[in-house]
Amino acid sequence: MSLPPGLRRTPMAWAAAVMLASLVVLALVGPLVWGASADRPDASAVLQGPSVGHPFGTDNLGRDVLARVLTATRPSLLLALAAVLLGAGAGILLGASTAVLGRRARRLTAGLINLLLAFPALLVAMFLAVVFGAGAAGAMLALAAAGVPGFARLTQTLAAGVAGTDHLAAARVLGLGRLRLLGRHVLPNIAEPLLLSTTTAAGTSLVALSGLSFLGLGVQPPGYDWGQLLNQGLDRVYAEPLPALAPGLAILYAALAFQLLGEVLAGNAARRGPAPRTPAPTPAPWGSPRPKAGGGPAEEGLVLQVEDLHVELPTPDGPIRPVHGVSLALRPGEIVGLVGESGSGKSLTALAIADLLPYGARVSRRTLRLLGADLAALAPKERDRHLATGLAMIFQNPASALNPALRVATQLTEAVRAHRGASRAQATAEAAEALRRVALPPAVLRSRPHQLSGGQRQRVMIASGLMVRPGLIIADEPTTALDVTVQREITRLLSEIRRDTSAAILFISHDVALVGEFCESILVMYAGTIVETLPADRLADGARHPYTRALVASVPDLTADRDRPLPTIDGAPPDPLTPAPGCPFEPRCPRRRGHCADHTPPLEDLAADHRVACWYPVPVAADPETVAAS
Amino acid sequence: MTVLRVTDLTVHHPGPLGQVTAVDGVSLEVPSGTTLGLVGESGSGKSSLARAIVGLVPVHTGRIMLDGREIRARTIRDRRRLGRLVQVVLQDPDTALDPRMTVRQTLGEAATVFHRLDRPARDKRVTELLELVGLDPRLAGRLPRQLSGGQRQRVALARALAVEPGLLIADEVTSALDVSVQAAVLNTIRELQRRLGLSMLFIGHNLPAVCHVSDAVAVMRHGRIVETAPTDALLRAPQHPYTRTLLAAVPSLRTPPPAPAPEEQPP
Amino acid sequence: MTRGPTVSVPRLPRHPWTVFLGRRILRLFLSLAVVLTASFAMIRLIPGDPVRAALGVDAAPDLVAARRHALGLDTPFLTQYRHYLGGLLHGDLGTSLTTGTPVAELVRTRLPATLEIAGLAFLVTLAVALPGGLLVAVRTRDGRRPRSELAFTVVTAGLAGVPDFVLAAGLTALLAVGLQLLPVAGAAGVESFVLPVLALSLAPAAVLLRIVRMEALRVLGEDYLRTARSKRLSPARRYLRHAAPNTATAALTVAGSLLPALVAGTVLVEKVFAWPGIGSAMAQSVVAQDYPVVQAMVLVLGTTVLLAGLLVDVLLAVLDPRSAIREM
Repeated sequence: MSLPPGLRRTPMAWAAAVMLASLVVLALVGPLVWGASADRPDASAVLQGPSVGHPFGTDNLGRDVLARVLTATRPSLLLALAAVLLGAGAGILLGASTAVLGRRARRLTAGLINLLLAFPALLVAMFLAVVFGAGAAGAMLALAAAGVPGFARLTQTLAAGVAGTDHLAAARVLGLGRLRLLGRHVLPNIAEPLLLSTTTAAGTSLVALSGLSFLGLGVQPPGYDWGQLLNQGLDRVYAEPLPALAPGLAILYAALAFQLLGEVLAGNAARRGPAPRTPAPTPAPWGSPRPKAGGGPAEEGLVLQVEDLHVELPTPDGPIRPVHGVSLALRPGEIVGLVGESGSGKSLTALAIADLLPYGARVSRRTLRLLGADLAALAPKERDRHLATGLAMIFQNPASALNPALRVATQLTEAVRAHRGASRAQATAEAAEALRRVALPPAVLRSRPHQLSGGQRQRVMIASGLMVRPGLIIADEPTTALDVTVQREITRLLSEIRRDTSAAILFISHDVALVGEFCESILVMYAGTIVETLPADRLADGARHPYTRALVASVPDLTADRDRPLPTIDGAPPDPLTPAPGCPFEPRCPRRRGHCADHTPPLEDLAADHRVACWYPVPVAADPETVAAS
Repeated sequence: MTVLRVTDLTVHHPGPLGQVTAVDGVSLEVPSGTTLGLVGESGSGKSSLARAIVGLVPVHTGRIMLDGREIRARTIRDRRRLGRLVQVVLQDPDTALDPRMTVRQTLGEAATVFHRLDRPARDKRVTELLELVGLDPRLAGRLPRQLSGGQRQRVALARALAVEPGLLIADEVTSALDVSVQAAVLNTIRELQRRLGLSMLFIGHNLPAVCHVSDAVAVMRHGRIVETAPTDALLRAPQHPYTRTLLAAVPSLRTPPPAPAPEEQPP
Repeated sequence: MTRGPTVSVPRLPRHPWTVFLGRRILRLFLSLAVVLTASFAMIRLIPGDPVRAALGVDAAPDLVAARRHALGLDTPFLTQYRHYLGGLLHGDLGTSLTTGTPVAELVRTRLPATLEIAGLAFLVTLAVALPGGLLVAVRTRDGRRPRSELAFTVVTAGLAGVPDFVLAAGLTALLAVGLQLLPVAGAAGVESFVLPVLALSLAPAAVLLRIVRMEALRVLGEDYLRTARSKRLSPARRYLRHAAPNTATAALTVAGSLLPALVAGTVLVEKVFAWPGIGSAMAQSVVAQDYPVVQAMVLVLGTTVLLAGLLVDVLLAVLDPRSAIREM
């Protein structure tokens, strides 16, 4: 038997396939092969234990237990499948109808589903089985009905997920009919999880039907299924465990088969899910080896000194090197902007400095000194303390960077209490002071993050960073998730903190205008390397790298001529999976020459504070249009 | 082509603690063949306004008129008539396209909503649409996950244009894109608007991007429009304090940041 | 000092408890009405004559008539319903058809035993799954230890598929009969709890373990755990103080949804172990077609489940105020 295409041939998939196939074969041939011996009474061999002739013994009429269990496969499976198909069909219809019904009908249906869900399916089935009358059909119908609310709720939840997407909104605006929306856009997108839960429900339904028969509500003698056989044999469990338990083993086997199948399907669904935007790290055998101590010579008076930083990440398609050869240095009180588009490696650079890279990432660097101390030379414990007290990180989304379950006070004080041994009272007093610094009242200490606005949360994040009195603050897109008016408040706050505490700030952003306005010097990153470093006041007109020029030109400006199209950059950044030699910007560069494709330009000094990695930098007075127009 | 006139529109949202007024008595007009920009910060109600115009959320009070006729979106027939006149492109490139449909299927479906097209005609139309939004027609066989964010937004734009609407509503279409990609998409929108003579409502929070494509700009805050003016006038002489705050908050490489001292406090 | 914009002092929104409790209790009453009506209607919906079915086909006609009268089956439907509800208010659950004893008596003697094993099984499920799921998540986060992860997945999938009554029968055979370690049947002493509770809690514990692990993995990937890492907090503090509380909400929600099945499972498990609870009484009366008893048991079990659900929701609202708002 071969597996359907698309299913991964794992041992688990094989086991599930083999178990399921054996059940199907048994259900088909069982009654034909063993049916006769299953019903043949033998007065001479009543209630026997296991023997060669009867591996699982005989029952009270001398019938072979094994034959009866094998024969019972068909009714047990058929009833369970019928119940689950009926229940799933009705439930899916009911649940899907909520997606296309009017508002009031939808709320009513949802309320009904909610109400029914509060009752255990087995209890409902028992109740209905009593009402329908004991018997196979009654039990099957009862179970089907009991399964309806569960499927309805699942379908409703899944459909609501699709209903919230932009593509469904667009389809509705196109004027597509309800049935087409349901059939073309909603159901196909939820079919997979529905199939998955139908599979799992088949197992549950088989167990539940056996349970009903076990109680005497299901299949009635002289008919029999596994549950009924278990019920008949239970009294013997003290005398002869094996004949009594044989039907139980059959139930277990079938339940496991369905469970395993569900597991395999779920695993496949998870693997084929939408491709993540950032490559997810996959398990890697190697950890994060600490580079040897030493590296480049320590430069006096630097807050941060990074030389030749490389980051390697494993991805499902092979390792990528999103950061290679980055060097940067910050002096006390300096504010440096690190700017680049998505995928340029700017955030990974920050995480590598802070030693917060995801599991599996490999980092190497010649030098990494924070406040003069070589991080590689420190013992892990000292290193942690040094990082915790010397460096503060501020992340992009304050809504998710603060723990929703903890009060602000806890989140502000925990670092100083852990690393400076501050007492609770002392730490709380410091926290109130830190909040005052970011213009928040001490009352905020008692609140939880969800009670604050976005700007307030980011202030709390900054206050939390200030608690350890850091020498360096790394702010990774701290204003991207905030409104533009709040953004200005935050950048102003950071400037003041820099002025008052002389902490250096590394400000990471995709917004070249913001960085240019607010920082002193700028590092421009492209495809994992720094392509230009320059003073901020030269960004608008004095950039020398063609990429920097084009990036600056593509920003819409309030003063720009709106009748001319914005300059754009043709092409796309290089695929990190297939690194090419030469300048990474070469394929998109209007100034490229043959040389560029083979030789990577080094970052070279043009002036004391201006470095560029380009073989043919743009002349100073060049009109930006000539390099960027495309 | 199409004139949009919104009068005294109010839209309510069901919130966890009762109804929230998302749009509060808004009036605006998009004259034929022009673009009205609508800027506002998160929660200002600009998306609710867009969704109300295309009938995705119910209107509480007020009137929405297209070419002098009041629009309704109660029945499928109303919806179809509305869909012919106005289309929308939404913010999120991740969910903008049905993940199980190829570009060809998505555009083909949109192109055949109002016209019957046989297979060759449909393929030809898909190619036309892709070229219209500046995409390589060879992308037609791709699934959304095989496209970049900018390409997905262009396909969404092509889908909206497939029915040849008179009014296009673009709701934060470039917010999730990188700046160099945003520039290209903005250029495409501007060019399409001129070439097709579309009327357009361009919604966004990024003031420079909105101004770049708009003939006039309306500033929205807390569900109300505080100022509407031709783009140049708005930039030159903003009247409302909030507009001035917004303008001052926009970072710019070419103008120095405003001195922090005389801070304008929005009322 | 930052002069900054005026930041409104957060007027912390009070949690709208009254709204939450009001709606939740309204829902409870609606559900209770469903249970009441269903249990009342059950005896009337049964095809044929329940009295004759219980007393046998050859019962004397006047005896049948007397029983019908005693049960009030000869009055109009609405009158019967009113009598039924009135009886319930006075603690009258009817009379057993087979033994003639009041059902309320049966419930009083048997309900505690059921609540004991169901409650214990629920506690065991939580005690195993909450720390266990977090531990496994921590050990296997970001794709660490892929082999342990596979083993965990296979083993819990298997355990989650084990039907409780089959497990009960197997445990009886193995531990009680084969090894003679534990009591086989009845409730006598602490040891007698072991097998029923084990049989009831194994599958829910496996299900919950998986869900807690998935949930904990999601939480471990959240930004605020990266924040905690950036503060170089100890692993114990990161996992117990930062991750665990955020896992608890989802874990308890799912645990609450497992509760009904667990209570219903007592019917089967009690039958296997002859446990003197509601479940075994129900199993017996189902076979004996003693409908007043079945009716009362449906009512009692249904109400138990609903009250437990209310308890879980209120607990959740206390732990995580946002869940109460979602609820509405």
